[in-house]
Amino acid sequence: MDELLRIKNLKTRFHTQDGVVNAVNGISYQLEKGEVLGVVGESGCGKSVHALSIMRLIQIPPGEISDGEIWFENRDLLTLSENQMRRVRGRDIAMVFQDPMSSLNPVLKVGFQIVEALRLHTDLNPKAAKDRAAELLSLVGIPEPYKRLDNYPHQFSGGMRQRAMIAMALSCEPKLLIADEPTTALDVTIQAQIVDLVIKLQENFGMSIMWITHDLGIVAEMAHKINVMYAGYIIESGSAQDIFKRTRHPYTMGLLGSLPKIDEEPGTKLLSIPGLPPDLLRLPKGCPFYARCNYREDHCKEEMPELEDTDKNGHLVACWRWEEILAGEIT
Amino acid sequence: MNSEKKILVEVRNLKKYFPVYQGLIIKRHVKDVKAVDDISFDILMGETLGLVGETGCGKTTVGRTILQLYEPTSGKIIFDGVDLASKQENEIRLMRQRMQMIFQDPYASLNPRMTVGSIISAPLDVHTKQKVSEKRDRVQELLEIVGLNPDFINRYPHEFSGGQRQRIGIARALAVNPDLIVCDEPISSLDVSIQAQVVNLLEELQNRLGLTYLFIAHDLSMVRHISDRMVVMYLGRIMELADRNDIYLHPSHPYTQALLSAVPIPDPDKASQRERTILEGDIPSPLNPPKGCNFNTRCPIAQENCFTTDPEYREIEQGHWVACHYARLPEN
Repeated sequence: MDELLRIKNLKTRFHTQDGVVNAVNGISYQLEKGEVLGVVGESGCGKSVHALSIMRLIQIPPGEISDGEIWFENRDLLTLSENQMRRVRGRDIAMVFQDPMSSLNPVLKVGFQIVEALRLHTDLNPKAAKDRAAELLSLVGIPEPYKRLDNYPHQFSGGMRQRAMIAMALSCEPKLLIADEPTTALDVTIQAQIVDLVIKLQENFGMSIMWITHDLGIVAEMAHKINVMYAGYIIESGSAQDIFKRTRHPYTMGLLGSLPKIDEEPGTKLLSIPGLPPDLLRLPKGCPFYARCNYREDHCKEEMPELEDTDKNGHLVACWRWEEILAGEIT
Repeated sequence: MNSEKKILVEVRNLKKYFPVYQGLIIKRHVKDVKAVDDISFDILMGETLGLVGETGCGKTTVGRTILQLYEPTSGKIIFDGVDLASKQENEIRLMRQRMQMIFQDPYASLNPRMTVGSIISAPLDVHTKQKVSEKRDRVQELLEIVGLNPDFINRYPHEFSGGQRQRIGIARALAVNPDLIVCDEPISSLDVSIQAQVVNLLEELQNRLGLTYLFIAHDLSMVRHISDRMVVMYLGRIMELADRNDIYLHPSHPYTQALLSAVPIPDPDKASQRERTILEGDIPSPLNPPKGCNFNTRCPIAQENCFTTDPEYREIEQGHWVACHYARLPEN
């Protein structure tokens, strides 16, 4: 497969009154054309900030992309001017946000908002743009699209708003769609509809998708590759099989243990992770998971491990002790 | 197995309608939001009853109505043999010692200007005549029970993380030694690893103190983990009620089946094997529920009579209740 996006040592931080918040601390990975990448992690792990950094939507100041390169089709997005970047956003890379109510403008008709994106990025005339907008709405499963174009966002239900957002994101046939927790605010049955829709669209359009979520279940179902993030680092990366069946990082293990199993016996206790994630204002020098890790040793406190290819096949783990854990030498 | 257990709460034909008024000067009662529409179930002593459903299905209203935080439109709530509807407000307040609540949002349910000590002792102020020193001892004991440092007694809520705040909410609910705790989505605003901590704590407390929970949530896998029996609600009605394993292994109502199949499974092998039923459309407004069965607009197996007649809420096998004309009996 061909490479679409390559991120090298990306660092994003925020200067606040209380000090510097280190949101993303040097992550590197690449995304192929047509690949579905799942990015999972808990609140504050930097998953959304890293996506906003790719789109260059970090507000500067207080934010700052302090280091790194973001290569998208042989261009480093971080070196583009704001004008050039504006042409990338929406056309090459589109984004769907978590809350469909606050990402649609409540005083503009849905149709106007979709047509606006089309008119900006393509040379369709108003009539053709409107037809295209209606076509997109029916593509994402909204009945009576011409009528719906004249609706305001409040006349849509939550699931329909998210569909409209997806229609807007797809309007210029982007090469990469970044979906930042697009289903978190929705009910499970509606979430299933949206996931199903996105998988179908991905198969039809062949675009790459980055799906950011805290729900391990969703990425297990759709992602080709998964990055697990913690405190601004990628701590494990690999295929769904790697992450769920050959788990190697203690944090990923803890995360999976925290979820009830579908076939568990009554009375099984969940394996929770003790403690709390570290304060991003005061990140420890070594491994950020040190304080909560069952396998920690003194060395972990001193130095952050690099991502290491554990099977020469792209299953990356950042842990000093993965080999010992794998061999069952320590429990 | 549940037959010898005592019933703690009986809910009979409970209805809770919220009136909608229209008109600028003369407010006319035009219609009702039927948040809870004629439901009946029991909560057994010492069990965890899970209550699941999507937005607007009335699950929170059921919890609040049981505690008499909302006055029911009609129907009975019998708590340990006492019909709450027949009681005056001050008698109900006494009864509330025995039923407490844990709220969804740990950021909104703790007063930011009160110390943890005064938050947790508030129920003691209302319900007991303990001295200040006794209350202080009790609060410290409670903090320890929920896994917080007793020295935190003089801190304020903003100094705690979401999971820790939820522990404070749990300590407050435990202060007066209740029998029943209504947990209204206690974990849905927490991160996965913190959710497991809180669920483990709730289970441990139940074993230690013999508590009964009504556990309201929309996360089916967690509800299944913690519950003994489960109730599935949709648009103000109960669709199915059964033992947690029956619900999972033999879901009989098409809505339960669809709901279960919509839950993502964190296991790529199992996820690719299972059949998925994807429901079409959205949940109708409770202002204007469909005629006949509430679920008929989205039901994959709806027949003609589903659009005209309400399905009867019936027991298809012992302890397994379903409201569907075409509920599938489990095959043996």
